[in-house]
Amino acid sequence: MKARAISTRQLSQRAAFSLIIVATIIVVIPVLVIVLQIILNGASAISWDFLTQAPSQAGKAGGILPAIVGTFYLMLGTIVFALPLGVMAGIYLTEYARDNWLTRLINLAILNLAGVPSIVYGLFGLGIFVLLFHFGMSLLSASLTLACQALAMTVTTSREAILAVPREYKEGSLAVGATRWQTIRHLVLPQALPGIITGAVLAMSRAAGETAPILVVGAAFLLPGLPQSPFEQFMALPYHLYTVSAHVPGMPKSTVWGVALVLLVVVLSFNVLATIIRLRTRQRRLNA
Amino acid sequence: MKMNSVLSNIDKDKAIDQNEVKLRTDTVSLYYGSFQALRNISLEIPERAITAIIGPSGCGKSSFIRLFNRMNDLITGARVEGGVELDDIPIYDRTIDVVELRKRVGMVFQKPNPFPMSIFENVAFGPRRHGRPNLGELEDIVERSLSQAALWDEVKDKIGQSALSLSGGQQQRLCIARVLAVEPEVILMDEPCSALDPVATLKIEDLMRNLAENYTIVIVTHNMQQAARASDMSAFFMMEEDRAGVLVEYGLTSELFTNPKDKRTEDYITGRFG
Repeated sequence: MKARAISTRQLSQRAAFSLIIVATIIVVIPVLVIVLQIILNGASAISWDFLTQAPSQAGKAGGILPAIVGTFYLMLGTIVFALPLGVMAGIYLTEYARDNWLTRLINLAILNLAGVPSIVYGLFGLGIFVLLFHFGMSLLSASLTLACQALAMTVTTSREAILAVPREYKEGSLAVGATRWQTIRHLVLPQALPGIITGAVLAMSRAAGETAPILVVGAAFLLPGLPQSPFEQFMALPYHLYTVSAHVPGMPKSTVWGVALVLLVVVLSFNVLATIIRLRTRQRRLNA
Repeated sequence: MKMNSVLSNIDKDKAIDQNEVKLRTDTVSLYYGSFQALRNISLEIPERAITAIIGPSGCGKSSFIRLFNRMNDLITGARVEGGVELDDIPIYDRTIDVVELRKRVGMVFQKPNPFPMSIFENVAFGPRRHGRPNLGELEDIVERSLSQAALWDEVKDKIGQSALSLSGGQQQRLCIARVLAVEPEVILMDEPCSALDPVATLKIEDLMRNLAENYTIVIVTHNMQQAARASDMSAFFMMEEDRAGVLVEYGLTSELFTNPKDKRTEDYITGRFG
């Protein structure tokens, strides 16, 4: 009787284990299949010309250089606005804000910022930056729009990174007569920097992949050259991918896969960069 | 031998009686929100001496010494009533610059808290924040402070290495050097030896004795022997029914430990509770 009770328990334990392992493998499969499919189908499209030429014949020939450059400009523009704001807000929320209704409201807003659908950001950007501020359909409007979306991430990661700096450091600094700002500037921020940068890189990689918001604030399908100022329209990889895959008849399949591959490489390399920064910081902390 | 040390203690006590008052509290109460942490504490701490604050856990010893560098200000809801004076100047006055105060009243914490930077940069941290000393000046300050903290000989060849590579006792002496580098007048020590082994503890006590020639030291300690061996004055704190800390007895260490006036002090130092 007793032996049987144990074996039933072990049986259910094994069943649960197997189920969990199968579920975990299922999680990995789509990622692998997507990546493999894109590499296998897209690799043939990749060439020096594909990466360095402007498109011709509605994207059917030529390269995608303006889309690659446009995407990098967007990432740069996004982080230029989102990082300083995010870091300053993070500092304020951790070091200066008192626990009152305003702080709670701000925290709630940041939480919700992450949950707003991206097309809504696009319409917001269209209303505010394109029309109200007269920035027009432009790289600037798109960067600002994506920056608003990225704020949720830069604020949150900055705040977490600052909170992770031990209280003992701050006390030690204040106790030798450093001001609060000196403590932040010379002790807290240097310590929090790797975490802040990790968040910034992830925010950039996400900005690189966004399609919906930029659709309505300045992304163009075909441009002969690179944007010469922030007030010009631009091409971007995700929007280019959307158009070539759905709106151009007679588009060579390999070109579509090629664009997807380039976009994937850009996004993944930024994610890997973030992981490396995080791992190196952890390593340094362990060694110290 | 024993006689000698007793005699020298008596000489020392006489001298301390004539020292000026460096720190004074006058019926001070401290609240954290609605909780009262300290009640009506009045005492005068002599300059260039070591004053030990002793008492059971939770009786507000740490909160008490944090009055003197206004470290309690960092806690939301903390409120101070009554007078706290440094050199007869009320330090909770609105005109007081807290940053300047903390430069004059340094603090060493329970857990050694060297910054994650080099030994040199740890000591130079305070001076760098207070002005723009050049490298030569900084080197002088660092060497002088580390020597005062009895650490120079051990670290002079690895001044550029991470402070976190030092042992616990060395780290704590580094923290003392970091405080000395801004040339304070008072050094508050919040159980500075509780994380250290006995040998490191004795080194810190020796160091305290040397520093007491030039600095006013206030130390919180759990360790009765430490208070008895290392301090000139002792204050015994206890908790009342509502968990507010009160001062039970204050006087020369030699008297408080040999001839306590209050029954509760006697019970505590003889180990009957706490």
